[in-house]
Amino acid sequence: MMLHVDARGDTCPIPVVKAKQAIAQLQGGGQVEVLVSEEIAVQNLIKLAQQKGYGVTSQKQDAHSFAVCITVGEGQETDEQKEAPACIPDRRQGGTVVVIDSQEMGRGKEELGRTLMKGFLYALTQQDQLPQTMLFYNGGAHLTCEGSPALEDLRTLEAEGVTILTCGTCLNFYGIADTLAVGGVTNMYEIAEKMLTAGHIVKP
Amino acid sequence: MEQPILFCTGGGCTAKLGAGILSRILERLPKGPRDPRLLVGYDSKDDGAVYQLTEDIAIVQTVDFFPPMVDDPYTFGKIAATNALSDIYAMGGTVCTALNLVCFPQDGDLNVLGEVLRGGAEQVTAAGGSLVGGHSIADHEVKYGLSVTGIVHPQKIYPNNAGQVGDHLILTKALGTGLVCSAARVGETTQEALQQAVDSMTTLNKGAAEVLRGYTVHACTDVTGFGLLGHLHEMMDGNRSCELWAERIPALPDALRCAGEFLYTAAAQRNRNHLTPFVTFEAGIPFEMEELLFDPQTSGGLLVAVPPEEGEPLVAALRALGLPTAHIGEIVPKMNQEITVKER
Repeated sequence: MMLHVDARGDTCPIPVVKAKQAIAQLQGGGQVEVLVSEEIAVQNLIKLAQQKGYGVTSQKQDAHSFAVCITVGEGQETDEQKEAPACIPDRRQGGTVVVIDSQEMGRGKEELGRTLMKGFLYALTQQDQLPQTMLFYNGGAHLTCEGSPALEDLRTLEAEGVTILTCGTCLNFYGIADTLAVGGVTNMYEIAEKMLTAGHIVKP
Repeated sequence: MEQPILFCTGGGCTAKLGAGILSRILERLPKGPRDPRLLVGYDSKDDGAVYQLTEDIAIVQTVDFFPPMVDDPYTFGKIAATNALSDIYAMGGTVCTALNLVCFPQDGDLNVLGEVLRGGAEQVTAAGGSLVGGHSIADHEVKYGLSVTGIVHPQKIYPNNAGQVGDHLILTKALGTGLVCSAARVGETTQEALQQAVDSMTTLNKGAAEVLRGYTVHACTDVTGFGLLGHLHEMMDGNRSCELWAERIPALPDALRCAGEFLYTAAAQRNRNHLTPFVTFEAGIPFEMEELLFDPQTSGGLLVAVPPEEGEPLVAALRALGLPTAHIGEIVPKMNQEITVKER
């Protein structure tokens, strides 16, 4: 399993936080490639990998883009179980999953639908209780990619600990896999599992 | 505030430029003829500049400002002022006047700015100084700090690099403000831990400085963006070495756990890059402790070198103020390794 994380433009410790979230999503080993925009962030990711005993390589792509590839072996601890027990204020509501399957909210004029969706995602950041996970598929996949009007809000949610996952098949279908800008990539197995085990499913 | 996350983008002394690049630039600045009344200036890495006015009065000048490291604007103002005032205390001076430095968005909420300035003004007053003016600039990112002027007796300036072999190294505040604030920014520490860090960052070094006047201070500096090891490196100044005892280092609650969760800052890594040639960690020093020692401090405590016979009473006197002061190491004759961190 290979996950991609774009942390370009993020200041430390956010690249490390994103990398840890992606590593926690790996099921039984795999690779996480993290894109960052400064050398210092590369070094901080390497420190994380070395302390955890993961494999790590890095490559400079251009002056403001570096790729760090972290390899987690089978059976290595990925922090999934012991994730942040001490973290408060944890606003994530037990088991709520938000499903976004379109760039629009509701049916009607496309322009209105997009405005409503942007407003909904912003409003989520302001809630006392946050979802555990947000799933983006089909047209919704565009919202986690570059150019999305909701990136800032989704990054805020991610920083608060909300797991943001976008359907990999959808990203590939629309040819936007390289532009994923927030959260990790997932597959239909995980989407089905998250929905079946959810406490509530919220679909705007 | 509507968008606290935008207000707090990882500020405080974590926003400082790295020591390495800075010193290369400063070395190349053109220097005019030396004014004999300038007692401490650019050629020193000291906390403030000192200029002698009369036989027994010199002025101390310093400036410090940075972006917010906490969401609450009032608290940010208080922290920024506490940090700016600290340099005067680190030089052995008393605070006289202060000028505000403000960067604020043109269309920003002026109530927010009012709160920042209120926090700053309160601390200047608490320091016994007068706020006498300021300067503001429209900028997309909030920044605040002060230029502070104080006075000191020319014979009673605390240098930051004149510690002697055998001196006890004493630190007045706990370390970890960078780690805890950085963790708070991503929601990975507790409200209590953040509050303890805020309490520490808003504690003026005034009380500690007043206690120090009764002791023989060989060297004194405040611990800020370069971390404990960075400021210790400046104190050693290439002429002496020291050892630190990890088990004595005071840490803010949750700071070591945050280090273990890799919630360190970019500035901490810059400090590590700059200082690695000067520091040896003995076997058994945990990674978390290394990070704590490199952690950039915002409004940190005073790091003081005093003769060994005065160490214990000084620690007791500072602790009586409620400070988590500790005797963290001592100066030793110059060795190959400048700073050695031992377990005990």
